Amino acid sequence: MMEVLLIKVVLAGIVLFAVLNLAGFHTWVERKQSALIQDRIGANRAAVLGFKLMGIFHGLADVLKLFTKEDIVPAGADRTLHTIAPFFSVFFALVTFAAIPFGDQLILGDRVIDLQVAGINAALLYVFAMLSLGVYGVILAGFASRNNYALLGGLRATAQMISYEIALGISIMGVIMVYGTMDLAELVRAQGELLGGWLPKWGIFTQPVAFFVFVTAALAETKRLPFDLPESESEIVGYFVEYSGMKFGMFFLADFLETVVVACLATTLFFGGWQVPYLLPDGFHFPWGTTLAVPQWIYALLGVASFSVKGLFFCFVFMQLRWTVPRFRYDQLMKLGWRGLFPIAVVNVVLTAVVLLFLGESS
Amino acid sequence: MAVKTVRRPELTFWEKLYLPQIFCGLKITSVHFFRNLFLHTAHLMGRLTHLRAAATYQYPEELRPLMSRYRSRHRLTLREDGTPRCVGCMLCETVCPARCITIVPDEHPDPNVEKYPIRFDIDLGVCVYCGYCVEVCPEDAIRMDTGILDLAAYSREAMQLDIHELMDPKLRKPIGECKLTFPHRCSLSGGEMKGSWEGIAGSQGR
Repeated sequence: MMEVLLIKVVLAGIVLFAVLNLAGFHTWVERKQSALIQDRIGANRAAVLGFKLMGIFHGLADVLKLFTKEDIVPAGADRTLHTIAPFFSVFFALVTFAAIPFGDQLILGDRVIDLQVAGINAALLYVFAMLSLGVYGVILAGFASRNNYALLGGLRATAQMISYEIALGISIMGVIMVYGTMDLAELVRAQGELLGGWLPKWGIFTQPVAFFVFVTAALAETKRLPFDLPESESEIVGYFVEYSGMKFGMFFLADFLETVVVACLATTLFFGGWQVPYLLPDGFHFPWGTTLAVPQWIYALLGVASFSVKGLFFCFVFMQLRWTVPRFRYDQLMKLGWRGLFPIAVVNVVLTAVVLLFLGESS
Repeated sequence: MAVKTVRRPELTFWEKLYLPQIFCGLKITSVHFFRNLFLHTAHLMGRLTHLRAAATYQYPEELRPLMSRYRSRHRLTLREDGTPRCVGCMLCETVCPARCITIVPDEHPDPNVEKYPIRFDIDLGVCVYCGYCVEVCPEDAIRMDTGILDLAAYSREAMQLDIHELMDPKLRKPIGECKLTFPHRCSLSGGEMKGSWEGIAGSQGR
């Protein structure tokens, strides 16, 4: 029993370490990627012992600054809620990672370790519940700040969350129908099959429409451009106007964490999670007949590497999108959510059902 | 009254789909991103340095090229013996719209030259960089071609350039030592000045 607990703690530690560092790393990536896109150099002055390393220490400098800044709670604000709100944001963003499988089983001796913090059999429900609860922190922040602009930001976040949560959920329905499971680990395992003997049965190939709907709606969930209406620095500054110091930093961190969550989810649901094409537990089986045996631990490691590479790729794409697309107007946002994504997702579910019915009859 | 009807351009079908346009945008940003990434990597290895990866300049280390007619900080040109070409004719002080120039002339030891400045101050905090002083000078004694742009100082007093800094733009802080080769009474070294401040135009309140 103790060993199981220890293994889970270690796994959770690994995930937390990776995810929090990746979120911190995002501040550097955001600066540098936007700089390169806009023909600039980007932050490059912070140095430790004279080493600048392309400005990678600016993230550290930021955190130092945020921690040493005065923490201001505005007069008339609800002190408790005002303090709890950023913790809510970060907490719900972090616990989502528990259900995401980042690798297949690792066999050490006679012990089989699932490379997943929590093997929940309705993991998808859990993930979406936590993603939706993430907006709680934003609403609380807007509500507790006693500031009209913060409240506006919170309200915007609520409306946006409700609108896009629906499209998000329905787009996922197609994936669940194709793979017939809500367990993310099982879902990834099911994506290891081959279509027609050569094409991996990844979600992107079986549900391409759902993929685009999912990514759009999920980007809206992360509250980043082009869906950053709750924040909108140029109009209302957003739900965290009244926050300073590390509390503000936590909202920022939650933003990046949600980006990572969404990247991981897109990988898990549509890009085969930890699947490496043609890699089965005993080695590579290429469609032209060649086989290449691989030890079990290398297989597990390759899975984790594959998941990381795909996740990082999505982080990159989201960042690129964030610096490409301008912010929506509010009516455009609602129109896109209700008149664009929602019907498309519903039609996709119906079509998937019909196709599955016919495929099921033929087989 | 003529009425001009402005029609908003209609979106085509592909533009209404929105997704293809996002990919077009992604193409533009990605081209910039990967081009600059490639160039930065090449620069790290010392290659392709003739191609700039960024449109910006890393200012204190890397100075922007200036046009030859750019009006930067002033300097006083010198004769071959190192004395200022200025003959103290007061034309620049007269033409200066901001009244930032203060000249105290004195009799030149050379009988062929009438006067020379024992004091030539320019208050950079007041100067508007119009370049009239350069245009008006009959002796080509003042120019604005040093290329020095950083004029920040901690006080208004420090914004004033005296004759030494004007003759040798590398000197930023006023120094007491007189660099002139013929007798020159320097106010900064505590020497007595000839002429009085009171009678000089534009010097009220000094």
